[in-house]
Amino acid sequence: MSEKEQTFERIREELAGNEVVLFMKGTPVFPQCGFSAVTVQVLSRLGLKFKGIDILSDPAIRTHLKEFSDWPTFPQLYVKGEFVGGCDIVKEMYQNGELQQYLTDKGVAVQEA
Amino acid sequence: MAMDASEIESMIKDALPDAQVRIDDLRGDGDHYAATVVSSAFAGKTRVQQHQMVYAALKGRMGGQLHALQLTTQTP
Repeated sequence: MSEKEQTFERIREELAGNEVVLFMKGTPVFPQCGFSAVTVQVLSRLGLKFKGIDILSDPAIRTHLKEFSDWPTFPQLYVKGEFVGGCDIVKEMYQNGELQQYLTDKGVAVQEA
Repeated sequence: MAMDASEIESMIKDALPDAQVRIDDLRGDGDHYAATVVSSAFAGKTRVQQHQMVYAALKGRMGGQLHALQLTTQTP
């Protein structure tokens, strides 16, 4: 298996094992980029449990996730294996209430603070 | 090196000819932009697909040369 296929497989495993996954720069506690920080903030406000994966410390994912998602930047949010979008989309969906509705429809518990 | 606002605008218009494009230079440093793109080509697409269309128009520069482009897409 090529490194790309191995990485795709790892990404699929993360998505299968975690309802909400955020591929980001840095960690949820210490984001290393403003866009990642904003996205973490939105998820936290919704009281969501999510797995943060630091692409800065995982060069294979950093390289291949762009192709996996057909999305050129980070962060990238996945819910139940489905790609939701990057920071701008998450923020916009949160502000107009769409994100809360989307999560509820997906059966993901939301506890808005 | 960063991109010029006019270059971003013309690349988007090349791919989406009917698009109305507004580019704001957020910090005046030529590196942090916000783009609002209004095009009928977005009709019936999800927001992710709409953004992907704009990224495709930028031919790989997004995420590389262009780190910070805040994107908003709308249909007319």
